[in-house]
Amino acid sequence: MALLQISEPGQSTAPHQHKLAVGIDLGTTNSLVASLKSGLAQTIADENGDHLLPSVVQFLGKTDDGYHTHIGFEAQNNAISDPLNTISSAKRYMGRGLDDIKKHSLYKFVTDENSVVPRIQTIAGNVSAIEVSAEILKKLKQRAEEALGDELTGAVITVPAYFDDAQRQATKDAAKLANLKVLRLINEPTAAAVAYGLDTGSEGNHVIYDLGGGTFDISILKLTKGVFEVLSTAGDSALGGDDLDHVITDWMLAEANIIDPNASLLRTVLDAARQAKETLSQQDMTELSIDLGEGKLWQGELSLEKFEQLIKPLIRKTLIPCRRALRDANLEIEDIQDIVMVGGSTRVPLVRQMVGEFFDTEPLVDIDPDKVVAIGAARQADVLVGNKSDEDMLLLDVTPLSLGLETMGGLAEKVIHRNTTIPVARAQEFTTFKDGQTAMAIHVVQGERELISDCRSLARFELRGIPPMVAGAARIRVTFQIDADGLLSVSAREETSGVESKIQVKPSYGLSDGEIESMLKESFSHAQDDIDARKLREEQVEAKRVVEALLAALEEDGKTLLSAKEQSIIYQEISELSQFAEGSDRRAIKLKIEHVDKATSDFAQRRMDASINLALAGKKVDDIGSDS
Amino acid sequence: MAITLTDAAAEHVTQFIENRGKGEALRLGVKTNGCSGMGYVLEFADSIEEDDQVFDDKGVKIIVDPKSLLYIDGTELDYGREGLNEGFKFNNPNVKDACGCGESFNV
Repeated sequence: MALLQISEPGQSTAPHQHKLAVGIDLGTTNSLVASLKSGLAQTIADENGDHLLPSVVQFLGKTDDGYHTHIGFEAQNNAISDPLNTISSAKRYMGRGLDDIKKHSLYKFVTDENSVVPRIQTIAGNVSAIEVSAEILKKLKQRAEEALGDELTGAVITVPAYFDDAQRQATKDAAKLANLKVLRLINEPTAAAVAYGLDTGSEGNHVIYDLGGGTFDISILKLTKGVFEVLSTAGDSALGGDDLDHVITDWMLAEANIIDPNASLLRTVLDAARQAKETLSQQDMTELSIDLGEGKLWQGELSLEKFEQLIKPLIRKTLIPCRRALRDANLEIEDIQDIVMVGGSTRVPLVRQMVGEFFDTEPLVDIDPDKVVAIGAARQADVLVGNKSDEDMLLLDVTPLSLGLETMGGLAEKVIHRNTTIPVARAQEFTTFKDGQTAMAIHVVQGERELISDCRSLARFELRGIPPMVAGAARIRVTFQIDADGLLSVSAREETSGVESKIQVKPSYGLSDGEIESMLKESFSHAQDDIDARKLREEQVEAKRVVEALLAALEEDGKTLLSAKEQSIIYQEISELSQFAEGSDRRAIKLKIEHVDKATSDFAQRRMDASINLALAGKKVDDIGSDS
Repeated sequence: MAITLTDAAAEHVTQFIENRGKGEALRLGVKTNGCSGMGYVLEFADSIEEDDQVFDDKGVKIIVDPKSLLYIDGTELDYGREGLNEGFKFNNPNVKDACGCGESFNV
């Protein structure tokens, strides 16, 4: 006999037509899956009653259609004996290039000629972080389908707010590999807000402080009548509970006088450090012992005081993005109603204390900080598959950095500004620079700086087949569109002819938070330089435009309207202006342009007269009158 | 005859209604669909219609429309677990045969 759940009024489904949706928190350290049953959002436990699935995959070999693996606790237990084939924290490597992956990585990464995606060498072959994540998703999917009694319609998967395009795309790819339909990717803090916002119904500005295993995210959300708007986000994707474990590990290694630990010893110490962190959330002191092999044993103890002294700098580091998020949201500390604590590391009392002191508010910890994101995602998934009749939730997220394109002179023209709520579509019109120009290169960039060279290049494509026209006559409409998952597509269309070209931006790999942060910092500290540089470039572009226009005019009418001497004077002016345009004296270029303008005004006047004569030739005065 | 609840079902219904924060009754009924003729309706109820039959059992208000009652009168609603799956079961004395999955039935 099938088991039924209670539906919303009028939403009972026909037998075998259930719309089963889950929320998945694909975490760095642990992953969870949650769903709504009879209106109650709960995480789903495995057959042993465990809700958390350690995000650890041990590769054992290849099968016909995939890998033979152990996933979760089993893999975690084998990590010590088989460290190189047992992959943990794969999320840190999602959408990243080889250069981004350095610190504390136990694995051997390689790239091959077919792909820039770094792969980890294992006994089952080279596997990418995407494949590791797919194995975790498969396991969660299987668990959910057993618990819900039918196939899943789809899932909402959460990602850190700071995940860039490449990292989001990698997450979607992992879901595709796991044969899981992604209803939507939503930001982890937004999911936490969904979990809390609906449960408490409180309105106002809320801070979501998410110190997960591998990432730190701070988001400021505004809740009004069930609508969540993300006012700002900031964070550090290379800081998390793992780093707390690492400082304890480093301390233990130093105390135990272990200089060059092998992978399996490092893993042992790391596990002991993690255990110590959990114990010290409840107690004032913990005993430590490490089996050094060959019958040797190191024993020591770690006091709460020492532990807090070790981790304090890391927690303080989380307060910097907190400050920036407040500034971005244009809020003061007293504007914040609540702080929602997310992530296992927020169980550490010092974290709660320091965050509470910073925001001058007692943090909220009602919902298990490990489960809150999955629960929020499950609620959102339930809405998206259509199991809710009313109270539709609108989720608004924001872009972490501005998106724009390159214009003449290497300038970045922003089309979608930082912290714009998504989904969003923005269009801007551009035009051709040269007469008869039939193609235009579109270079899509991300960043806050004025010059292209200081921004990050995301994609390039060309719009071809523009009908030949004089410079400035073509109307090229470039549309930037970011979908609800935060993925960008850019299209360009020449309005008069309708020729079109577009691209789905899929950069080879992403920016780290460190990069995003430093890009932001640079944009603030270089604001004046940037403006000066922009003005110079604009002047240079203007100079070149004048040169182009004059050369075209001389080509066309020079011989008929000007004497040889007059022509040579203008050529002289053009060559001087070209030289000035190469220089970096903005004022000089401007003055020279004005000078050239004057020097050629007579020529311009003659051209004008000539073309009017041409236009008027053969027309009667009456015709002209009726035309105007 | 009447509609009744097992203790487990009553406990869960009470919890789910409390979690939902509104609606006081549970609606049971049937819909004509499914591979074996009819499917069950199990919903939260925000309003009671004029024709609805109201039953009270173990502190839970159960409502059934008169047409559905013909097919499910005497039903005991149970709550159980099969493997990882948990949910409600209709122990309906009127059922002659059900499809393999038990989600739809015939009287």
